[in-house]
Amino acid sequence: MTKPWLIRTLPWTVTLGSLVLWQLVCVVFSIPTFILPTPIEVIGSLAQYYEPITTHSLQTLVTTLVGFGLAVAFGLVLGLVVGSSRVVYDALYPLMVAFNSIPKVAIVPVLVIWFGIGTVPAILTAFLISFFPIVVNVATGLATIEPELRDVMRSLGARKSQILWKIGIPRAMPYFFASLKVAITLAFVGSIVSETVAANAGIGYLMISASSRFDVPLVFAGLVVIAVLGVVMYELFVLIERRVTFWATRGHELVT
Amino acid sequence: MSSTAPFVVIDQVSLVYGKDGAGTLALQDASLTINRGEFVAVVGPSGCGKSTLLKLVSGLHLPTRGTVHVAGQAVTKPLKICGMAFQNATLLPWRTTLDNVLLPLEIVEPHASEFRRNRDKYVAHAKKLLATVGLAGFEDKYPWQLSGGMQQRSSLCRALIHDPDLLLLDEPFGALDAFTREDLWSILQTLWLEKRPTVILVTHDLREAVYLADTVYVISARPGRVVSRTTIDLPRPRTLEDTFKPEFMEMAHALRDQISHVRNTQ
Repeated sequence: MTKPWLIRTLPWTVTLGSLVLWQLVCVVFSIPTFILPTPIEVIGSLAQYYEPITTHSLQTLVTTLVGFGLAVAFGLVLGLVVGSSRVVYDALYPLMVAFNSIPKVAIVPVLVIWFGIGTVPAILTAFLISFFPIVVNVATGLATIEPELRDVMRSLGARKSQILWKIGIPRAMPYFFASLKVAITLAFVGSIVSETVAANAGIGYLMISASSRFDVPLVFAGLVVIAVLGVVMYELFVLIERRVTFWATRGHELVT
Repeated sequence: MSSTAPFVVIDQVSLVYGKDGAGTLALQDASLTINRGEFVAVVGPSGCGKSTLLKLVSGLHLPTRGTVHVAGQAVTKPLKICGMAFQNATLLPWRTTLDNVLLPLEIVEPHASEFRRNRDKYVAHAKKLLATVGLAGFEDKYPWQLSGGMQQRSSLCRALIHDPDLLLLDEPFGALDAFTREDLWSILQTLWLEKRPTVILVTHDLREAVYLADTVYVISARPGRVVSRTTIDLPRPRTLEDTFKPEFMEMAHALRDQISHVRNTQ
């Protein structure tokens, strides 16, 4: 058996190890900074531009969360509708898949024409890129209710809304939370893609302007901030998931 | 309604699965009548439409031909007076055992509208029921923390909590080991003797059928037809010891012969 302390420290050692490897590669092959800065240079850049990085990452965080929030609300409602009606499912699915196949970066220019440069296109891109997995997962959770359970409910005279409320929604929760973890990281991708194309603020904008000045360490500093934000949000949803749907990720405890 | 009129009347019922009568014929011209408070077992080879029969009685399926009447009313939509249990316990993993058992009371009137106000009363009732099946102290456990037998007991409690007039059991003990199964037979008999609901038990276990039922129907292989009706007039309460007595064995054997006969004539 792997020791518990090893499992707990492993993520940190692996991350640190990769950074050390990165540093070594840069030094050994004497890679120029404007191609690939070393982790130490990136950290230096983080420290040097501490203030602008903070403002811009806050902008990105808020943009992402607003877009993500819209995606959760919309995805949940659409998922419930699609999952509880076969007809709606069949009717909407091709359209949704088609829409999801469109690269969202291609939509940003259209959004800019409609809403101008700035926060609104970024929010909308974050929303558009992240609602699909939520819809699919919630719909799957609803559509896979055991037929016997439905029979039990129907033979008690349960209305459709009661079956949805008492069985469907709780049952879809693990699927919903699984999708949130995917959706939050996608939302970051969406808002940053939009910021790099059309914005005056946000980490994406910061990175694009740094790159046009060949300040590659700052570009990487931006990447690091995005990665850290992504991990933090992801872990947050893992925590919420564990609290709400503990029954779905249960251990093997058994009373005999 | 007079108490002597049959409670469930299935009259010349056929059911075809699939559209426009082109699918599988699951049940053909089945007729049987069940009195109020009678315990009926339906046995037959697998795939003979036994479960279909339950769905017809509960109104979850409507017959292609023929009629089903329950309590004098033609069945045209799902009944609201049924308790059901299946081979899988189908408990809700996000609810504790107690909350699982309470589920029907949140749906069936008049309990549903009083549920919030009288929750304590209902909880006490559910705990009492759980205690009679030997699950006292497990109320706050989740189903996945219970063994298979305990889950099935909870499932029985859920089927019975609202005192249904009609209890439909679809091989509820099929997945359990022999000892647990026999335990549950006794528990079911006790519960039935107490409240006397009308029970239809689908099973492929002949000892189970003879032990529990007043009347055993044998159904032929698909398309299912009712081929015989046997009255089990052994005194109640029956004990597991009784299942080894000659008259019990004789009945089980007679049923067994009938089933091998309908299987071989296919």
